[in-house]
Amino acid sequence: MNKRITFTLNRETRSVEVEPSDILLDVLRDRLGVKSPKIGCERGDCGACTVLLDGKSVRTCLILAIEVDGCEVTTVEGLSRAGLTPLQQSFLKHDSFQCGFCAPGIVLSATELLGKNPHPTEAEVKEAIAGNLCRCTGYKPIIEAVLTVSSKPGRRV
Amino acid sequence: MAIAHQFDYVKPPTLREAVRLLARYGTRARALAGGTDLVGLISDGMVTPETVVDIKGIPGLGRIEFKNGSLSIGALVTFSNLRDSPIIASKFPLIREMTGWVASVGIRNRATMVGNLCSAVPCCDSGAVLLVYDAAVLVNGPAGKRKVPLRTWFLGPRKTVLKRGEIATGVTVSLPKQKHGACFVKLRRYEGEDLAQASVTVMALAGNRYRISFGSVASRPIAVARIEALLEGQALSDDLVQQAVRLVPEEIAPITDIRASKEYRLHMVGVMLERGLRAAVARLSGKGPDYGTSLI
Repeated sequence: MNKRITFTLNRETRSVEVEPSDILLDVLRDRLGVKSPKIGCERGDCGACTVLLDGKSVRTCLILAIEVDGCEVTTVEGLSRAGLTPLQQSFLKHDSFQCGFCAPGIVLSATELLGKNPHPTEAEVKEAIAGNLCRCTGYKPIIEAVLTVSSKPGRRV
Repeated sequence: MAIAHQFDYVKPPTLREAVRLLARYGTRARALAGGTDLVGLISDGMVTPETVVDIKGIPGLGRIEFKNGSLSIGALVTFSNLRDSPIIASKFPLIREMTGWVASVGIRNRATMVGNLCSAVPCCDSGAVLLVYDAAVLVNGPAGKRKVPLRTWFLGPRKTVLKRGEIATGVTVSLPKQKHGACFVKLRRYEGEDLAQASVTVMALAGNRYRISFGSVASRPIAVARIEALLEGQALSDDLVQQAVRLVPEEIAPITDIRASKEYRLHMVGVMLERGLRAAVARLSGKGPDYGTSLI
């Protein structure tokens, strides 16, 4: 039983026909061409498939596409439409990523954190990204990048 | 990976309609809230519903309310909602302490506490923590409403007393009338998101009364009445703590699984009970570690 869903993806209205069993991650990547959410564990543990759903970080491997009818989805493609955000620039400056597989998820998790809490403590940064696994960096340059950008007064992330 | 199993999806606009659908399809339907448990189970082929009933369109289930000493948490309230709630922070710091150790932010933004109670896995943190309160699950079904005390809610792994056509619409939690301090101790393999290898929840109430529960050491989260009775009416002393710890192996029979051996669980529950008792009593008197401080 197919159903047409319409939702906002990176500020554009997108409409697509889905089966109830279609996973949001697959629809974003294979049907709508948005490749930044990565296929990792497919059970909500690794965070590679993270997007912002109505502003909150979620795991698209555990969401049915049909559930986001009428919602707003943001990926890093949407985040950096007008160039890299200060947070992304800080990640660049700190060499925060190596292979980059975790990067979209971590950028989005940290973006959500700084939107709610512009000046987090190190513990709060760690809590925010605890569900985003990175196998390259040991997390240190990632945490430093978030703390550096958030310590600058008046800057928007 | 696409889900192989095909099913219908409905999103009823009212509770009445949801109950009607669940009653009609019985075990062939599953209610969907955050989906962090259900979607994984369907992906793995562990459950194969004909119809998924999305309850996110039902109005009024997303509320956290505190009235006349009773907290009510709707079925759509997520762990993040609880973590950000001023009422939870001020009146139920134990619940807030638990929310900091449930999965990760990306899961907490979606997973609901009531869904956690319905999934009824033995490591369900919500179940363990709410067992030290007077808590009850609010159920709505073809025969009307009922209120199930949490101590009778869990039947076994992934089994609750929920009947055909019934839906859990929320959970109520009474704020203890006496002054109290509490603590949730969760043993995990690493910092960050992990399921409990074992958990111990302790509430110490003024007048030397205690409420204790364990998670991940039985077929369901359990209240430990015998240890509560041993401690009842007595001020916490080193000797009393040791007596309580000695009762642990008589009260639980944990299993060995991928997360921990039964010997490790048995030993650590004793360690965590000791630390939990001391921290809860210290918090009762306004001392002790801040809520959210890991004791293990």
